[in-house]
Parts: sequence; structure tokens; C-alpha cells
Amino acid sequence: MNPARAVEEFYDVAVIGAGPAGLAAATVCARAGLATALFDEQPGPGGQIYRAVAGTPLKRDTILGADYWRGASLVADCAASGVHYLPNATVWSLSPEREIGVSLAGVAHMIRARRVILATGAIERPFPIPGWTLPGVMTVGAAQGLLKSAGLVPTGRVVLAGTGPLLWLFARQCLAAGAEIASLLDTTPRGNIVRALPHAAPFVASPYLGKGLALLQAVRPRIKIVRNVEALAAEGSGRLAAVRFRTARGAEDRVGADLLLLHQGVVPNVNLAMAAGVRHVWDGEQLCFVPTLSRDLASSIEGVAIAGDGGGIVGAEASAEQGRIAAFAAIRAIKPAEAASLIGAEAEARRNLARWRSGRRFLDRLYRPPDQFRIAEGDTIVCRCEEVKAHEISEAIALGCTGPNQLKAFTRCGMGPCQGRMCGLTVTEIIAAGRGVAPGDIGYYRLRPPVKPVTVGALAGLPAGDAATRAVVRE
Amino acid sequence: MSEDYDIAVIGGGLVGAALAWGVAGEGRRIAVLDEGDVALRAARGNFALVWVQGKGLGLPEYAAWTARSAEAWPDFAAALGAETGIDLGYRRPGGFHLALSEAELERRAAMLQRLHNQAPPYEVRILGRAETKRMLPAIGPDVAGASFCPLDGHVDALRLFRALHAGLQRRGGRYLADRAVDTIAHRGGEFRLATKNGEVRAGKIVLAAGLGNARLAPMVGLAAPVRPQRGHILVTERLAPFLHHPMATLRQTREGGVMIGDSQEEAGFDNGVDTRVAAAMAARAVRAFPLLARANVLRIWAALRVMTRDGFPIYEQSASCPGAFVVTCHSGVTLAAVHATALAPEIAAGKLAPERGVFAAKRFDVPAAA
Amino acid sequence: MFRRLPDAAATLTVTVDGAPVAARAGESVAAALLAAGKLRFRDTPASGAARGPYCMMGVCFDCLVAIDGAGNRQACMVPVRDGMAIETQTGARKIER
Repeated sequence: MNPARAVEEFYDVAVIGAGPAGLAAATVCARAGLATALFDEQPGPGGQIYRAVAGTPLKRDTILGADYWRGASLVADCAASGVHYLPNATVWSLSPEREIGVSLAGVAHMIRARRVILATGAIERPFPIPGWTLPGVMTVGAAQGLLKSAGLVPTGRVVLAGTGPLLWLFARQCLAAGAEIASLLDTTPRGNIVRALPHAAPFVASPYLGKGLALLQAVRPRIKIVRNVEALAAEGSGRLAAVRFRTARGAEDRVGADLLLLHQGVVPNVNLAMAAGVRHVWDGEQLCFVPTLSRDLASSIEGVAIAGDGGGIVGAEASAEQGRIAAFAAIRAIKPAEAASLIGAEAEARRNLARWRSGRRFLDRLYRPPDQFRIAEGDTIVCRCEEVKAHEISEAIALGCTGPNQLKAFTRCGMGPCQGRMCGLTVTEIIAAGRGVAPGDIGYYRLRPPVKPVTVGALAGLPAGDAATRAVVRE
Repeated sequence: MSEDYDIAVIGGGLVGAALAWGVAGEGRRIAVLDEGDVALRAARGNFALVWVQGKGLGLPEYAAWTARSAEAWPDFAAALGAETGIDLGYRRPGGFHLALSEAELERRAAMLQRLHNQAPPYEVRILGRAETKRMLPAIGPDVAGASFCPLDGHVDALRLFRALHAGLQRRGGRYLADRAVDTIAHRGGEFRLATKNGEVRAGKIVLAAGLGNARLAPMVGLAAPVRPQRGHILVTERLAPFLHHPMATLRQTREGGVMIGDSQEEAGFDNGVDTRVAAAMAARAVRAFPLLARANVLRIWAALRVMTRDGFPIYEQSASCPGAFVVTCHSGVTLAAVHATALAPEIAAGKLAPERGVFAAKRFDVPAAA
Repeated sequence: MFRRLPDAAATLTVTVDGAPVAARAGESVAAALLAAGKLRFRDTPASGAARGPYCMMGVCFDCLVAIDGAGNRQACMVPVRDGMAIETQTGARKIER
């Protein structure tokens, strides 16, 4: 995309995140003549699902699959739209007045926008098992990102473990690249299919069925699959050496492993939205916190919309349509005279969105991660940053701690640089289970800016203003 | 369902927890009532300093009370640590108040001179730049000097908090969460605290609810005219130790993170983060220690101090409702030692010592509640 | 472990704890280290536990290394450069670096 020019202080629309939702939103806004900025922390556009699509070393062949290359046209459209694209930009704060704190090349800037569209996407759901912090244990998303962005494939004794379509997709990509996977440990509980069946009809009618069957057909014959895995542990001293597991039938095994790749779905990346004060609620279907959004994807903060997986997991294609819908709303707000001309395009986006969302409820239910891999126990590390174990959390509850914010005071849990991205959901569910209270009533960490680290020097370089300076230098 | 105790402490922050632990040690049946997970909690804004220098200008008794607490801290930390197995990390290397210009240094020296004329029971030295640099090699060129007090120190405040709660439990005290007190009634020689999760009865009560004291105090014939004063804190990633002394507005924790304070803002009850204030604090920190410029700030938060008009504590017992006490201050860490070891026994015995009278809210000329 | 596909051959050289390591322009420091067989990037300041990259998207903060003298850089977020000096980390970052 266009080489970076200097960031401005003011935009009509600021889009945060250059995955499918952000690319689509920025494209629509820029085409409508709005001064649009697209901030992204990666060096290239595409987010995670289309990671490195504009610069991957892999040629457009059969390794990554057709869905991935869809991202290339999103990027091309965006590049041609006139958007001000700012890669390597780390957004660390958003105020309710739509002021954005962003670091570019180590320098902090405060940007204002009339409308903000958050498209920060999703992150892998935490998968706390014994030994998950050992070098050699990574997420499937991490390994897939390495394939896309660096052309690396797993090698050695590679074990995939968890539940969800991404495991099968990545397995197929590995096979297509000539890599070998030793085994796939499927933690999908036996009972999930029963809960999923009531929603089978839309799934059967959707594109997901065909894709899913093709994946299973490609992978099953060529990789050892172990189903209904109920217990899982990574073992090793200083580095992964083996994976131990047990199935629902009671069969136990321990296999030597060099790489363990975990995945049990993705969850919204809520940190920036929560730190801004956007209201979130617990979603019992997707087992995560999601923002409350209007039909136009407006959040509880005026002028701030959320599109894509950050608003609840909907997938890449639906994310792009949501990006467009949020963009149409922004255009209507800033250029009301354009409203009539957008009606047709918006109707089409909503139709497409409905089509891509149909069938997802079945997938959510089928791949719902089981309790024991969400609610950690005993010596399993919950907070990776501060190395806080599950039993320490239980002890704090016994001492009277009622929620995640008090838990910080009791254990340091959640105080590290990841700001709860790796432990927040686990903590909420452990406290909920321990106290017999619904997760929504337990709540989540109170997040504040900076949502990504910013240096003392960069902060010091921001204009403070008289009032702030007087509050600090009181002599 | 009603629960009965000898003493109920309303508020489970650093003030309430220290008093409760101390009272529990006097053999009373005690409960601490606390709010839920999301509450204002001034304790979260503490800077973990056990700080003496510069305090008490205008009230010599406060300077003496503060110094007494700092002197008592080592034994307090040892006792609490031995009882709970939790090392509080209390260290007293002496503390600095840096001056970032000659004018600042002069103003600081003048203030300390006025304080010195009150004959406080502790020493503060004014240091020029050269001597400050010898003791703090990492200071920047803007540092003109500092005031230094050997009685100043710091502690791991989270460990202190956890130890007080663990110690309270070990001594048989109960911690009741999600019990924000709606009303207090005084009937038949006992107090009835109404909460959403049931009533709690106690022969004596201690109001240690911070900003909440303003609403609760008049219910028992007391007054607690306190207002919120916001302060921000920045904390960096863990760094290898390089700051071995605490500064009034900057210290390195035992884990290695550097905490940067100290702002004072009138923001009402808004404890949200203002990035401009954080920027001003960062700028001052970099002038004090230029090396900090490259350190990553991981978290910023703001909390509301519990401030009286003169900044000094309120300690008072009710005349109309005997057995009701109010305790409020904004230095809950520094005063934890005297709260636990001097004030708590007086509360347990039912009578504050006459010396506490200087801290009564009457000094604000607030009319007593009818 | 990870290996390079033929399309992703190395094109430049970095040093890791002083030793030369082949890397490819455009990839992250973390990718280069993984391709070279390095899984352990640091020991934690809290307990000295070995850690390496987990999420590869800037979220977990486990891939921290020192790059050209500056500590606690997320290796998965920094692209390699010819001659870049990378060091694995032990314990807390020294403020001078």
C-alpha cells in the first residue's frame, strides 16, 4: 500500500485494525471522500486471517487455500481508495471523546477523529493446561501466521490439540506444504454435536458445510486423529519434550513432541474498547465478553463503532460486511446528504452479512471448548506474565476476594504487560465457578490505557497542557 | 439473616484492614464489611511509601504521629510477617524529595525550615546537587538537589494488604465482601448495619470507608468532611534494580517495576485516566532520571485520595452513639503501624486516648449531626 | 521446530547471542530465531522460567528479546535487518539497555 506519510492530527474517520473489517470500512469511508486513517500495528495489512497477504513469500499456489487470497482484493481496493494507511502504528489509548493515543516509530501522537471504527479483531482463546508456558508450546494461529508471513512450516514431532475448524485448516495447509503432523488431539466433547444439531439446518445450507467436509476428507486419512481428548498436559524441563493426554474412554498416552500447537477458538480482542469505556456483556454462547452494539454497530460510546470479530466472532467474510456497514453509518453521520445514495450498497452488505452469519451458531456449539480447558485448576499457570497459578486464585477467593479486580490486589494476577489478554477470561470463569455466580456478574478486569506499552519518553513528549502540568508540578 | 460481632469495621482497605487486624489481636469478635469488586478503593492508589519528611506543617501532633508510625513499622512488619508467613518487603534506606530547579530547592528548604521550627521528632537534610548525585548516580542534569530523611522508606503494599487480610482471618476475624452499608441504626446499645446481603449487628463500629465515611458518619453523630482528590500512577515493566531509595514521587518496587506518581487533581469522583496528566508525570520523571525514557509503561491508573480540608486525619468517637468511631486519612500505608498497634487497642477498649482529640472533625467547625 | 519452505530462503544475516544466524528480509525476529531452531527466548524475571514465543501476534509478551541493545522488544513485532544484534534475555531488563 501507499508509503507512509506523516500522521495528521485530525481525521474524519479513524479505523483501528487492518484486518478484513478495517480494510473494508476504510475503503468505503475513503471512497466517500472522508479523510480516513487506517492504523495497524503490523508492518503489512490483512490482520491475522489475511496476514502478510501483500508480502507473503508463498506464491499463490495450493498451500494456503483460496479463502486466504480473498484478502488480496480487499487490500488492493483499500490501497486504491485514498485512505491514509499507517502501518507499524501501535494504538494505546482511546478516550470517550474519540482522542486516540498512538505510537509511530517510538513517538507518541494524540489524534482526534469525528468517528472511530474499532476493528481490532480476535485473539486465540487462552488454553491453560499444565506446561503451556514451555518453549515449544504455541498456538495454531501462531504457527499459521509463521507460514503466511515467513514461509515456515512445523517440523519434528508436531502435535496439534484443541477444537475448532482452524486445527483442520492448518493441518491441511501443512500437508499441502509437505510438512508432517504427528497427531491431532481433538478435545471436542462428545456431547457437543447433540447441542449443535438444533442449528444444523442453516449450517447445512451454508458454505461452511462444504468447506468443512473438504477439510476433513483431506486431513483425516493422513494424520493420526485422537478424538474426545479430555485431559492434556505439556511436559518438559525448560522446553517441551512430550505431550500427555487422556481420552473420554480412559485411554492414556504420552507422546514425545517438539512442538505442541493449541487452539480452542478465538475471542474478541476487547482491550482497547474496554479501556475506552465501551460497555460489554457476557455472551454465554461464545463464552466471552462482547460489546453491546446497535444495528449500525454503534457502541455505547458516541461516535465509536465496532466491526468484525472484535464485536463477537463472526468470521472474515462477515467481518468485511460489518466494516462496510459501520462505514455507511459514519458517512451518514458526517455527510448526511449522501445517505440516500448508500441505501442500495448497505442493503447488499446486510444481505451478505446475514448469509455469512447463517450457520455459525452450529459451529459455535459444535466447537464449544469444554470446561476443564477453560477453568484451570491446581498448579496450572493462569497468569503467564506474573506466573500466578490456578490454586492461588482459589485461595484468594477463600480469603474473600470477590472479583478479578480485587484479585489483582491479592495475587498480582492480571498486572503484566499482556493486560489480561492471556488470563482474563480464565480468571473470570474460575471466580464464577468458585463462587457459584454467573460470569457476567463477576465481570472482567478494569482496563485502562495504555493498552499496549508506551515508553516513559514517548509519553513525556506529548503536550500536557497547563492544567495537567499544574496538577503535577505543584511548587 | 443477622450476624453479631463485638466490633464491625466498615471498609476493607488499608485503614480498615490494619485496624481490624489490630482489634482482632485484642481478642474481640470482629468483622470487616467491604464493597464488591468494582469500588472506588483509595487503597488501590497507594504509592507504598512509609513517608515522614515534610508532613505535619501546621499540626505538630501529626508530624509526631507520622514519625511514631515510621519508628514502629519495622516491628509491625516483623510481627505481621511472622504471623502470616508473608514478607512485607519493608525497607528504610531513607528517602529523597527531589528538586528540579534551584527555585524548587529553595521553596522546599523554606517549607522544611518552618516545619523545623515546630520541632518535629525527625531529621531532614537539604542536599545540594553534588551530594544528591553521590547518593543517586542516575539523576539528570535538571536535579538541583533534594531533601533527605533517613526515616523514610517503602514497602510492598500488595503484600501488606494480603498479610493484613490473612492475619485477620488467622486471628478469627471475618471478611464480609459485597456488604456495602446502606444505613446504620443505633438501638439498644448496639449498631445495626443494613446491607443488600443481610444485616450485621455489632457492639462497636469503626467507619473506615474512605470517601463513604462522609455519608455514613452523620448516621452515628459524627462528621467526616472528606472530598476526593485524584492521583495518577504510572508503572513500568520490571527492570533490574537501579533505584535503591524511594523518592517522594518515584520508586522502584522489589519486583523491579518503577512507579511514577504523583498528581493532585480535583476531578470529583471520576477515577478515569487522563493521558495529559500521565504525560506531565512522565516528563518530570524523565527530567529526574533520564534513563527512564526508554522504559515501557505497562499500566496507568488513577485513584481518589480521601482528603480533608487540611490534609490531616480524622479520628473521633461519637458522643451521641457511644461505640462508634470514625477513622480516615490519606496515608494508610505510613500510618498502618500506629493504626494497628496504637489506635486499634484504644478502639477495642472503647475509648480513644485524649491525644487523639486534636484529630477530631470538630476542628473544621462542622456542626454535629442532630 | 520450524523449517523454511523453498520460497522462503534466507537472504541476510543477523547475530543471536553473538553467533551469526541466517534470516530472510521481511520476516520477524521471532520467525528468524524459530527457523534457526531457537525456541527459548528468555528466562522470566519472576522465577527464571524458560519462555519462548506463544502467540506470534504481539499479545502474549513472551517473545521478549534485546534488539541492538534495547531490551524487552517483542521479537514477533520487529522485522529483521541485516546485521541486527539479537540477545536472549535472562531476568529483568537492565535500564541502561
